[in-house]
Amino acid sequence: MDLNALTDCLSSSSCLVTQATSGFIIGMLLFLVAVGLTLIFGVMKIVNFSHGAFYMIGAYLAMTVFQATQSYALALLGAAVGTCLIGIVIERFFMQRIYGGNVLMQLLVCYALVLILDDLVRIVWGPEFRAMGMPPAFQVPPLFIMGGVVPPFYLFLIAAALLMAGVLGLAIAKTRIGKTIRAAAHNPAMVSVLGINTGLLFTALFALGCLLAGLAGGLAAPVRSLTPGMGFSILIESFIVTVIGGMGSIMGALVGAILIGLIRAFGALGFPLFTEALMYLCMALVLIVKPTGLFGREAA
Amino acid sequence: MTKTPSSQMNRRAVLALTAGAAGVMAAPWVARAQAKAVKVGMPTILSGRVAQLGTSSRNAAQMEVEKANAAGGLAGRAIELVVRDTKGQPQEAARVARELVNSDGCEILIDAEASTGAFAVHEVARDLGVLCIHSNSETSSLTADPKLKLPNAFRCARQGIHDSVAGGTYAAEIVNAKGLTRWATCSPDYAYGRDTTAEFVMYLKRFAPKVEVVAESWPKIFQPDYTESITKLLQAKPQALYSCLWGGDLTSFIDQAGIYALFAQMQFFAVNMADYTALTTVKNLPPGIHSGNRYIKTFPATPQNAAWGDAYRAKYGEYPTNWAWQNALAVNFLAGAAKKANSADGKKLAEVLRGLTIESPFGADGKVTMRADDQTLVDYAVGWGTTIAKEPYVPEMKSVAWQRIFELEAEWKKDKGFV
Repeated sequence: MDLNALTDCLSSSSCLVTQATSGFIIGMLLFLVAVGLTLIFGVMKIVNFSHGAFYMIGAYLAMTVFQATQSYALALLGAAVGTCLIGIVIERFFMQRIYGGNVLMQLLVCYALVLILDDLVRIVWGPEFRAMGMPPAFQVPPLFIMGGVVPPFYLFLIAAALLMAGVLGLAIAKTRIGKTIRAAAHNPAMVSVLGINTGLLFTALFALGCLLAGLAGGLAAPVRSLTPGMGFSILIESFIVTVIGGMGSIMGALVGAILIGLIRAFGALGFPLFTEALMYLCMALVLIVKPTGLFGREAA
Repeated sequence: MTKTPSSQMNRRAVLALTAGAAGVMAAPWVARAQAKAVKVGMPTILSGRVAQLGTSSRNAAQMEVEKANAAGGLAGRAIELVVRDTKGQPQEAARVARELVNSDGCEILIDAEASTGAFAVHEVARDLGVLCIHSNSETSSLTADPKLKLPNAFRCARQGIHDSVAGGTYAAEIVNAKGLTRWATCSPDYAYGRDTTAEFVMYLKRFAPKVEVVAESWPKIFQPDYTESITKLLQAKPQALYSCLWGGDLTSFIDQAGIYALFAQMQFFAVNMADYTALTTVKNLPPGIHSGNRYIKTFPATPQNAAWGDAYRAKYGEYPTNWAWQNALAVNFLAGAAKKANSADGKKLAEVLRGLTIESPFGADGKVTMRADDQTLVDYAVGWGTTIAKEPYVPEMKSVAWQRIFELEAEWKKDKGFV
C-alpha cells in the first residue's frame, strides 16, 4: 500500500489528468465489450461466455484489413462488420438452439464456441502473438493537458466509444426498435404475441453485440499483442462491469466500466499489490448494497 | 555358362547380407538404433501469447534430435520427441509432465516451460524420479536453492543471476557516465520477474551506489493492458527503467508505452528485448533500448553460431528464439552424456551430466558446462548491448568474464543462505 503516492497524485493536476484518462481508456474498451454482454443477457437471458472471442476476432480482422489497406478507418469498419457477420452465422446455427435452455447447456455451448473460435484463429493467423502497429496518423507525440500526458490515439479511442454509447443509448431510448428491445427484455413472450419476429430481433441484437465487441477489438489492436485466447482476459473484467452496472443496462455498463478503469488507474498508485482485488471488492460491495447492480432493475 | 535369374537373386541376397553384416560389425550403433526408441517428453507452451517461444523450443529440439539420431541416437537408441501443450498454466504443466511419463512412456523430460510451470514440473520430477532438464526457466532459485536440489533435475538455460551481473555491470557504466540515478522497474509479477528484477537492482546499486529506485510496477503475466503501469512510471519521472517483461508482454508494453513517448523520457533497459521474436514483432521499435542477449546469431560472433541460426531459419522460415537455443542445447547435452555413459538410462545420464562440458555454438568460448555442484548451465554467451531497428539489431555486445560472474554469484548464494 502506498497511500502517499495516491494522495500526491490527487493533489497534482498533471497526475489527475494522466490517471483519469488512463482510467477512461481502460474503461471504454471494457464498455464496448460489456455493453454487448449486458444487452444479450438482458434480452435473451444468455450469459454469453463466448463474447470475448468476438473481441479477439475483431482485433485480428482489424490487423488483416490494416495490413492490406493501410487504412485504420477501413480496419475498424472491417473489424466491426466482419465480426457482426460472423456473429450472425453463429447466432443462427448455435445460439438460437439454446435460448430458454438450461444454464448448463448454455455454458457448455458458449465454452465450446470459445474453443472453436480460438482454434480457428490459430489456424488462420497462427499460434504466435502478432502486433498490428500504430496507424501513421497516430504516430505523433502525446498531448500535455494541464501537465498530464494524453496520447492522441487514446483520445480517439475514448471519443469513439463515447459516441457509440451515445448512439446506442439514444437508439434504445428513442427509436421503435429500441422500444421493442426494451419490451423484449421485459417480456419476450408478450412481444412475440404482438406479432413481432423475436427470432429476428434476437439475431439483430446478438449481431449488434458482436459488432461492438469487434469494434473494441479493432480499437485495441494497435496497442495490444494479438493472440488466440486474448478475449478471455477482457471477458472476466467485462462480467465484473455488467454485474456492477446491472445486467441489461447500457448506462450501467458505461458507469461500471469507467469505475473499473478508474479503480485500476488510481489503484495502481495507492494499492499496487491489491488492484485486482479492489475490482472484486467493489463488485462485492455493489452486490451487498444493491444486488441488481447500480442501474439494474428487479425482475418483473 | 548362362546366368539364370535365380542365381542373380542369390548373389544379390548374399551381397546384401554381407554388406549388412559388415555394417553392423563396423558400426554397432546402427544395429542398436533399431532398438526401442527413447521417448523424451517435452511439456511446453504451444498456445497463447508465448506460443512462438514454445514452438521454437519444439522446433530447435527436433532439429537437434534429427542430428543426434543420424549419429546413432542415445547409445544406439533413437530419440523420439513427444511434445505437449501446457497452455502456460502451472497445473497443466504438472499434469502433462506426469502424463508424458506415466501414459506416454517417456524416460526423460525436457521441461520447456516458463518459470511459472517449471517449478510444478520440478515437483513431478521429484515424485517420479525421472531425468528432467529444465530448458527455459531462468529463475535462479530453481537450481541455486539447495532445498530444491534433485539428483535427477538439471537446468540447461540462462539464469537470472548471471544476466543480472552482466546487466548490472553494463547499466552501471551508463549510470556513471550519464548520471542516471533515478530508476524505476516494471516486471511481471511472478517468481522470475520478482527475482530477476531484485538481482539486477542489487548489482546495479552495488556498481553504482547512487542509484535509487523511485517506482516499481508489477503487472500480471500475460496482462493485456499496461496503461496504469505506464502512467504510474510517468508520474515517478525516473531517468531509467528496467524491465524483464518478455515475449508478447514486452511487445505490448513497448507499443503502449510508445504512444506515451515513455522512451523519449527515460533510458529503457529490457533484458529480454534482443530476441528475434520480440525484435521483429514490434512495429515501431524505439531506438537505443538496452538489452541482454537472448538469441541473436551475431553473438557470440562465431561462424558456428551464425550457421546454427541460419540452419534453423532455413528449416523453419524464421529466426530462432532464446528458448530455441536452450532446447537445442538440452538435446546436445543428452547426446553428449549418452555418448560418455554409453547408455540411455536416466540415472547413468544424470551421473555423467554433472560437470559435463561439450562444444557448442552458444558457448562464450565455444564450450558450455553443466556445473556439477548445482546442476546448472554455465559458460554460455552472456552480454548486454544497445538495439537498433534492423539487423543485426544489437551491433555490439558487451560481455562479462565468467570468472567475475562466478565470484559475484558465489557471494549472492552466501547472502541468500544457499551455501
